[in-house]
Amino acid sequence: MTAVPDKLALYWQYPFVRYALAVGVLISLCSSLLGVTLVLKRFSFIGDGLSHVAFGAMAIAAVFNLTNDMPLVLLITTVSAVLLLRTGQNARIKGDAAVAMISVGSLAVGYLLMNLFSTSGNLSGDVCSTLFGSTSILTLTKTEVRLCVLLSVIVVLAFIFFYHKIFAVTFDESFAAATGVRTGIYNLLIAVIIAVIIVLAMNLVGSLLISALVIFPALSAMRVFKSFRSVTVCSALLSILCSLLGILISILAGTPVGSTIVAVDIVLFLLFSILGKMLGGVRT
Amino acid sequence: MALITCQDLSLGYDGREIIRGLSFEVSRGDYLCIVGENGSGKSTLMRTVLGLQPPLGGLIRLGDGLSMREIGYLPQQTPIQRDFPASVWEVVLSGFEGSCGLRPFYSRAEKQRATSNIRSMGLEDLTRRCYRELSGGQQQRVLLARALCATDKLLFLDEPVSGLDPRVTTEMYRLIEQLNRENGITVIMISHDIAAALRYASHILHIGDTVFFGTRDAYLGSGISSLFTGGGDEQ
Repeated sequence: MTAVPDKLALYWQYPFVRYALAVGVLISLCSSLLGVTLVLKRFSFIGDGLSHVAFGAMAIAAVFNLTNDMPLVLLITTVSAVLLLRTGQNARIKGDAAVAMISVGSLAVGYLLMNLFSTSGNLSGDVCSTLFGSTSILTLTKTEVRLCVLLSVIVVLAFIFFYHKIFAVTFDESFAAATGVRTGIYNLLIAVIIAVIIVLAMNLVGSLLISALVIFPALSAMRVFKSFRSVTVCSALLSILCSLLGILISILAGTPVGSTIVAVDIVLFLLFSILGKMLGGVRT
Repeated sequence: MALITCQDLSLGYDGREIIRGLSFEVSRGDYLCIVGENGSGKSTLMRTVLGLQPPLGGLIRLGDGLSMREIGYLPQQTPIQRDFPASVWEVVLSGFEGSCGLRPFYSRAEKQRATSNIRSMGLEDLTRRCYRELSGGQQQRVLLARALCATDKLLFLDEPVSGLDPRVTTEMYRLIEQLNRENGITVIMISHDIAAALRYASHILHIGDTVFFGTRDAYLGSGISSLFTGGGDEQ
């Protein structure tokens, strides 16, 4: 174990490792911000559904041999997010079924397309890395890193600017709408931000594990903290910590990046649950 | 001129009509109670007047200088709120959101008004507490303080005492009466509790099989209330 610092110092010299860490931190920051809103609005599975849509979109991009598939994936995912949230508002149960339908459908069509048209020799490896993000974070090009940074900064700024409105719309949509908040627009905004986050996070953890990245930090923070602001700040910090730890561990131990990050998230969730129980027992 | 005038209003949802040809008006300082059987469309009426759903027909007019952004609303609690991590302060302050427009933060004046609303609801010791850990009566007072941040003219209350015990119920009614009498806030309230409605309201709107709108005394004279309170018997 004495070799760990040396090993880290060695890896630090490679730009792709630095990129991976920087992008990992930004993506995990973004994905944690809307976690509370999604959990409380009972939209946890929208992240899952959308990531499958993004998988399908990536398959389409692969079929057309697009070298930079992010813009197309972003477009398709955003449109799906808007459509899903719209149906979800009109009828809860139908919205649920719509998520399931779209997500499973695009997963199947995506895999089918990749099978039919793929030129790559290692198809199952490609699929696996799209689903679980096994190595993609370490193979980001400079353009992708720039795009990731740009999108993350936009997401964070938008969240800060609309923080109070997102709170009002999440806590009590009827009251907000009745007192003149344009809830439709803010729900749309939330949908677009979710879509951007999903596409970003696919690079980090792959499409099957995105929900974990969005939900775990928020749930952990909610075990212990009691106000919206403290929960938001705490889940952002937790999320950054988890992905830093996860990336470092995966580099040192040679484990897949995405699932290592999620594993760290799970451990912290358990710790925070216990902590919350202990604090809850003391509080009157 | 009346604050709110509804003319020949038809309402319902999914194209299904619940109420047809409803007309009433609310003037400054009124205390209107909307009563009626379950499923008669009381909440639908309130949601329609608040602009949360479109009317199927008829007219809703605001008058007397009232704008949609000067209306306070105390909705029924939603399941989301039961596990929402939010402090009392955050909830009350969110009452100003409608008048903020695009401004991302609250002004000092708004924070001061929030503090005074919290004080007038007797919540100053609970400001930093978590909303979901409060008792039902405390939660309703928090939501009332939030509604007061949105308005100083007109309050819509959707069954503000449901689920509260008798002592807290009386306290809630007293607070609402005080807002109506002393602060001059017009109150429109949905209530199941016909006795309380007759005690506090200046006007009654009864919807259902029989429709009545008028002052409390006229309602008492009409005999509809005895049908309603008679309960269980054949009409």
